[in-house]
Amino acid sequence: MDITNENGILTVYLTGEIDHHSARAMRERADTELVKRRPKTLILDFSGVSFMDSSGVGLVMGRYKTAAALGCGVQVRGLRPRDRRIMELSGLKKLVAFQ
Amino acid sequence: MQKINFMKLTIPAKSVNEGFSRAATAAFAALADPTVEELSDVKTAVSEAVTNCIVHAYGETDGLIYIDAALYEGGTLKIRIKDRGCGIPDVAKAREALYTTAGDERSGLGFTVMESFSDKLSVRSAVGRGTAVTITKFLKGKAAK
Repeated sequence: MDITNENGILTVYLTGEIDHHSARAMRERADTELVKRRPKTLILDFSGVSFMDSSGVGLVMGRYKTAAALGCGVQVRGLRPRDRRIMELSGLKKLVAFQ
Repeated sequence: MQKINFMKLTIPAKSVNEGFSRAATAAFAALADPTVEELSDVKTAVSEAVTNCIVHAYGETDGLIYIDAALYEGGTLKIRIKDRGCGIPDVAKAREALYTTAGDERSGLGFTVMESFSDKLSVRSAVGRGTAVTITKFLKGKAAK
């Protein structure tokens, strides 16, 4: 998982399979960077994700809450169609910008 | 409906086994020559069911997860995922979208996703005795494409 921080935009490049097991390390790393860098925007990039269950939704929901508390907006990009379908079941589109 | 193949898998309720259980079940389902999409559906539904066993049924305690999968003539795949954990007091409530008892990092979509990616889902549960989820998927396979 790579993370870049440029011009107030923190981009988290998620990779591999996202499930309840793997999401823990991803969220800890993302939250550490969020709190440390205090960006204006957090981008969660799913283009390197090969599998995702509803833990991916929890990952976005949790980061949305952390980011909102810091006054930071959240964008999600690079979702495969089936993963977008899972995200859309959650109603997250009301809170998070999907690209 | 004639059963043509089956497998049984018993694993400890450890989160590292989430990936293993969906990969093993997908390998079994692959014997019916499904499409990539059908295989992904099976993996997603199994991942949700096994995660429920780990997060909800056993929580912080040790336990076993029992996976029985069977393939029937015509391409019907049935996967039963059973635990002997705490059980679900109100199955209808647990199946509601966005309902969760597990805190901010869980979406409450487990059963919704299982329903969405399977053709039939049955849930039987008894408090203090455990839960059995049966996922049915009709694999039309590459031959139907």
